[in-house]
Amino acid sequence: MSKEEKKVNRRDFLFTASYTIGAVGVGAVIWPMIDQMNPDKAQQALATTEVDISSIEPGKSITVLWRGKPIFIKKRTAEEIAEARAVKLDDLPDPQKDEDRVKDGKDEWLVMLGVCTHLGCVPLKDKGDYNGWFCPCHGSHYDVSGRIRKGPAPTNMEIPKFEFVDSNTIKIG
Amino acid sequence: MSEHEYVPKSKAGKWFNDRLPLLTLGAHLTDYPTPKNLNYWWTFGGILTFCLITQIVTGIVLAMHYVAHADLAFASVEHIMRDVNYGWLIRYIHSNGASMFFLAVYIHIFRSLFYGSYKSPREVIWIIGLMIYLLMMAAAFMGYVLPWGQMSFWGATVITNLFSAIPLVGESITTWLWGAYSVDNPTLNRFFSLHYLIPFLILGLVVLHIWALHVPGNNNPVGIDIKKPSKDTVPFHPYITIKDAFALLVFMIIFAGFVFFTPNVLGHSDNYIPANPLVTPAHIVPEWYLLPFYAILRSVPDKLGGVILMFGAIFILFVLPWLDTSKVRSAVFRPIYRQFYWIFVLDVLMLGYVGAMPAEGIYLVLARVGTIYYFAHFIIVMPVVGLIEKTDPIPMSISEPVLTGGAEPSLARKVNDKV
Repeated sequence: MSKEEKKVNRRDFLFTASYTIGAVGVGAVIWPMIDQMNPDKAQQALATTEVDISSIEPGKSITVLWRGKPIFIKKRTAEEIAEARAVKLDDLPDPQKDEDRVKDGKDEWLVMLGVCTHLGCVPLKDKGDYNGWFCPCHGSHYDVSGRIRKGPAPTNMEIPKFEFVDSNTIKIG
Repeated sequence: MSEHEYVPKSKAGKWFNDRLPLLTLGAHLTDYPTPKNLNYWWTFGGILTFCLITQIVTGIVLAMHYVAHADLAFASVEHIMRDVNYGWLIRYIHSNGASMFFLAVYIHIFRSLFYGSYKSPREVIWIIGLMIYLLMMAAAFMGYVLPWGQMSFWGATVITNLFSAIPLVGESITTWLWGAYSVDNPTLNRFFSLHYLIPFLILGLVVLHIWALHVPGNNNPVGIDIKKPSKDTVPFHPYITIKDAFALLVFMIIFAGFVFFTPNVLGHSDNYIPANPLVTPAHIVPEWYLLPFYAILRSVPDKLGGVILMFGAIFILFVLPWLDTSKVRSAVFRPIYRQFYWIFVLDVLMLGYVGAMPAEGIYLVLARVGTIYYFAHFIIVMPVVGLIEKTDPIPMSISEPVLTGGAEPSLARKVNDKV
């Protein structure tokens, strides 16, 4: 009896070991099939863009393409900065200070991803109830700092990684 | 499958059939006993098969001329429209064919809902049918992206962004779907690949759908179990084939009407503008057949909540056979459910209408009311009505109401006796 039990246990071990090795093998084959769909080297190579911002007048903005997405670069006037900073954090669905959305000492430059955080449309500038952007797709209103104020979008418009190369050039990415 | 043994007449036929019983299968499909009272709502299975074949054939031909690249796709579609011999015809059949496919599938689904075709013992037929419907929506969505017009691009952006609502992994999944950091050339390429694949998956599921149907046999307008074969049934050929063929002809006239007289009425003119990732059209709408779900999505003021309800609106159909507590299949004998059925039809039509309108003011209110009612129909009305409703007497057989001119209570059995 005890001999038979031992035999069964050995077989159980072999089954379990075989299934485990088999599962690892299947996983090793499946993963490349899944990962091939992630952004390839050519897509990743487009990761940085340099933009000349010297010709932007105060109060105006330009839109540039970065990684297939629009980037809004706006040179804000003193009044606009004051307006953005006067907003109480309690009034914001996604509380964030305007100071945290710009570079220190470059308060006039708002650089953000021009993509509505709801479902990815491009909001229209100088529209909406908050003197900022308005997304026509599902009605999200953003303020002059690009923060969500009203509508279905869950978060503020994203600030990409960027830096000032010199006073007239920024590098995004 | 059928009870009787089929023996081919010719020696060669017998030789072949002994090795692969295709002729037995053919005989089964020809003789398949079908309820003799099937009305024209039952002809849409055949019509849908026609739609699938049409989409596959025209699609294969279009793929011979189409180029799946972000810089060339739009121009190649215009090339099909202007240069390719009969390209305009083939493309208009394909694009309107998608709409006709959905028109037919909605009639087919609502037929099931009215006559209780989803109920025991046909749950598996129903579930396979819903899987086909889901694949149809995926194929239609990806097909709409291929011309790479403004609606293609922004439709793809909005729909793929639905996945970004998933907590934690949403962004990674969206990037994975795109193969880039936005909807871009890799996205178009893979959508083309999948758009070509899905119809053949549907074809496989259609075989299973029909196989599962041939186990219990067709439901019928009175919704009772019948003996097969009996005086309640007719052979599929020629009785059903000729009826299906007539309905198909009428359907094809309507189809041709769209293709030849108003081929763009179901599309959106913005899709004749090449895709521009910097400008979103002022008013983006999906194709008409997705509008009710779009209305549900927009009725919720929360991103994740809207996405969950939209997918929930489809997935709740999968458990419908277990939400419906009534023992009677056909709504013909269910006076209360019958009324709720028509309210539900109106609710879905209203959701479709408000889905096409801007999400503001009265439309938003209607969308919310419609969404709540949509779910209430399945979660409250279906279980409760099935329990409290006093159903009409159902006939003993299909022949009975025909021969006696109505379901006389004396000849009918009470529901509670035995169903």
